[in-house]
Amino acid sequence: MALTIATRQLDGVTILDLSGRITLGEGSVQLRDAIRDLISKGVKQILLSLGDVNYIDSSGLGELVSAFTTAKNQNADVKLLNLTKKVKDVLQVTKLYTVFDIYDDEASAIASFK
Amino acid sequence: MPPREKRTQVTGPQTGRLSFKLASTMESVAEVEAAAEKLTQSAGMDEDESFRVVMAVREAAVNAVLHGNGYDPNKQISASFENNGKSLVITIADQGEGLDPETLPDPLAPENLLRGTGRGIFLIRSFLDEVHFRQLHPGTELTLVKHLTPPPSEDANKDLDTK
Repeated sequence: MALTIATRQLDGVTILDLSGRITLGEGSVQLRDAIRDLISKGVKQILLSLGDVNYIDSSGLGELVSAFTTAKNQNADVKLLNLTKKVKDVLQVTKLYTVFDIYDDEASAIASFK
Repeated sequence: MPPREKRTQVTGPQTGRLSFKLASTMESVAEVEAAAEKLTQSAGMDEDESFRVVMAVREAAVNAVLHGNGYDPNKQISASFENNGKSLVITIADQGEGLDPETLPDPLAPENLLRGTGRGIFLIRSFLDEVHFRQLHPGTELTLVKHLTPPPSEDANKDLDTK
């Protein structure tokens, strides 16, 4: 299943609800384009909701990292919400779990941007 | 990277060895991934352990197609899948210029942590019990091993250690 991305706004935060796989050739490019689009429009607060992402590979991890660093360079924040067990597993093994600001519930995630 | 402690019991050895040659495309990666999934499922692995093995195999296939063969239509990747009753053994080979795993930077090093690439081989090593590289001239063959039951010698050593 390819990646689908739905965008919504809540309290000034842009939430991307991702569903499917973030892998080479399937979701990586979509995610990159979505983040670049938001950053170019001056969006500063981005929350990636990953509750329906059931698979990520090294390319997908690379895109998450790129999203994080691209945002930082523009004084913007990319945070993560609702990791599935598999995505959490991969982030922990690669030590990226310590890099990202990660939340289990949306209200806390939104509040963290204030 | 030390072997993971958790091991998976087999439901029973499957006979035979599946092997095939594929074009250097992302469709081939999907085919390899599907074969790996079938192998782990037939071995009775739980979902989490299956995910790790399948992901590692997929990473190896991506490396072969992308970094090894560079999507070259004149080059193929080879893949084989076997459950010998003790381990799952998967080989993935390309026809590229070869890969020296010793030259790969450590993706966990602070200076590499925020790099966008360089985690594929690390994930393969993290999620499997054994990873062997062989230079084919031309090409690289990766042999990926996931133990299904603890080798007797390891258990014996563990007993000695605790006494």
